Amino acid sequence: MKHNTFFWFILPTFLAMFFFITLPIISVALQSFHTPHENVLVTVENCDPFGCKKVTSIDHGATKNLKKDNPLGKYVGLDIYFDRGHLAIEQVSKLWNNKKNFSEFIVLISDLPLYKAIFFTLTFTFTVTPIMLILGLLIALGVNSINQKLKGLIIFFSLLPMIVTPLIGSIILFWMIDSRGIVGNFLQLLFEDPNLSLKASTSLTWIMLIVYGVWHAIPFSFIVFYAGLQTLPKDQIESAQIDGANSFQQTIHVIIPHIMPLITFVTLMQLMDNFRVFEPIIGFNAEAHATSLSWIIFNDLGGETRQLSAAASSSILTIFGIIILLLPVLIKTWKEFEFKK
Amino acid sequence: MIYNLRTNFNNINYVKILIYFFISLWVLLAAFPFIWTFWGSFKVELDFFSISNWTNAITGENTEQTYGSPFTFVGYHGAWVQEEFWKAFLNTSLVCFFVVITSLTIGTLGAYALSRSNYKYTFWLLIMALIFRAMPPITLVAGYLPPFFEWNVWGTLPTTIIVLVSINQPFTLWMLHSFFQNIPKELDESAKVDGCSQYQAFGHIIVPVMWPGIITTGLFSFLLAYNDFAVTSMLLSDENRTMIPKIAAFLGTTYTEGNVMFAVAAVVSATVPLFILIMFFQTKIVSGLTQGAVKG
Repeated sequence: MKHNTFFWFILPTFLAMFFFITLPIISVALQSFHTPHENVLVTVENCDPFGCKKVTSIDHGATKNLKKDNPLGKYVGLDIYFDRGHLAIEQVSKLWNNKKNFSEFIVLISDLPLYKAIFFTLTFTFTVTPIMLILGLLIALGVNSINQKLKGLIIFFSLLPMIVTPLIGSIILFWMIDSRGIVGNFLQLLFEDPNLSLKASTSLTWIMLIVYGVWHAIPFSFIVFYAGLQTLPKDQIESAQIDGANSFQQTIHVIIPHIMPLITFVTLMQLMDNFRVFEPIIGFNAEAHATSLSWIIFNDLGGETRQLSAAASSSILTIFGIIILLLPVLIKTWKEFEFKK
Repeated sequence: MIYNLRTNFNNINYVKILIYFFISLWVLLAAFPFIWTFWGSFKVELDFFSISNWTNAITGENTEQTYGSPFTFVGYHGAWVQEEFWKAFLNTSLVCFFVVITSLTIGTLGAYALSRSNYKYTFWLLIMALIFRAMPPITLVAGYLPPFFEWNVWGTLPTTIIVLVSINQPFTLWMLHSFFQNIPKELDESAKVDGCSQYQAFGHIIVPVMWPGIITTGLFSFLLAYNDFAVTSMLLSDENRTMIPKIAAFLGTTYTEGNVMFAVAAVVSATVPLFILIMFFQTKIVSGLTQGAVKG
């Protein structure tokens, strides 16, 4: 395609992405180095017959001028990144110097908001992803080997946890595991503990969120792997059978290598999606026990006090996290592109 | 020999039973929460959250005592009429309709260009789109708010539609790109040999062949717009709320007012369109999910 034609075809989507993704990223980066101006205060001495009083008031004119001159706010460099709500350099170095052992250090810094969120986000990402891969593969293998007529129905129900809005899915599960809900009731009977509540403890909340994450993600790996199994070369399986391989050996030596590209693809998509985990924390009302990077940004942005600078710094840190997570993939894509040339 | 065959046969049966059990368990786990909540949405709170006996949620004992029938629409009435959920439903419809139409129009043009050009900038545009696709949309919101407040466009539906279209473009581009890759380039070439311009080749030859791919991508743009919570709840004012932020707002207010059943009814109402969508477009959704996988 000629450069000229290409330009006109790509222009609308390019403009949309430029104005609503690229520019906002730049704006977010700039905001993360600035804090809002403080009001300019003036102290005036008011004298009346009873004596003189010093009155401090806001100089609206001067404040307005200051905001007009520097609409971004006061430049503070990396201060917001280093403050207690973010990387908390001061607190972390203090804890590091006074630490008795490493595990205690980890426990202590996980009280700091950003580290708390990072720990949960990483735990969630790196537990949900492998579990959903394995369970999705098992379900795909199972469905592949059963009656043809049932498959459509099974796929229909299997799609539900993924297609249904994450917030709604997590709310529905939350109502069921409520101590008055059916699952909560059942668990109380099972453990013979009428006061058992999944919401009360941090570790149970984490498990609950991870279970939701797996439930929500399984359909994706199941569907993709199931489609991959349909393209499996029959002769390979047959020759493996003739060589006396049992179904477990067939799975390990024939099926898995065949769908390896799909496993990579699903892993990549899942790492991206699980890293942005957010809705279940709202749906499960779990803020007290588990927060994620997205949740921190959302929390700063919301409410009466929209703390844009704080949210901006968290956003930039999150983007860095995503880039580090995806770096191996990006390098691989680049090498493939170079290789093709 | 015969003995061997028989144990082998029994083994297969045993494995079959295990497989059926495992699959049934998964289907139950996937479907049961929705069926349960749907059933419970016609009950009163004392049945839905039963302290005394969990079977009340099925039989609706307290519902019968209060309303004379084990089914009641009180929750739905409360949500749709009293809490004006119909407004949120209307807003969601508007947002989804315009997001899908705009996304597909500009996405199809862009993805076609990307799939038919071999210059280096094509690669970089696709990589940029991949990075944008990987970023959580919520990271951009801090960049939207100051200008939107400044220009007084915050909280309105059109603003939100434009933002949703833009943040869904990376995904739309990648998906349509992989569909276009499946259409042989010879088709364009032969059209051009016959005297079509690139634009005519696109409009008359490629788009008609692309319809299945466009519809599949449209389904996913619909889902992205419909399911979004983080961005819509930040960009829409209270009266313009779509369904998902509205439900989130319900959770706060209804728990305190004891109207949990309003929220349950609203949740079920917002799930029904998705249910219908899967019923009609199951194969399309499956093909869309696998499309990206098969073609890098």
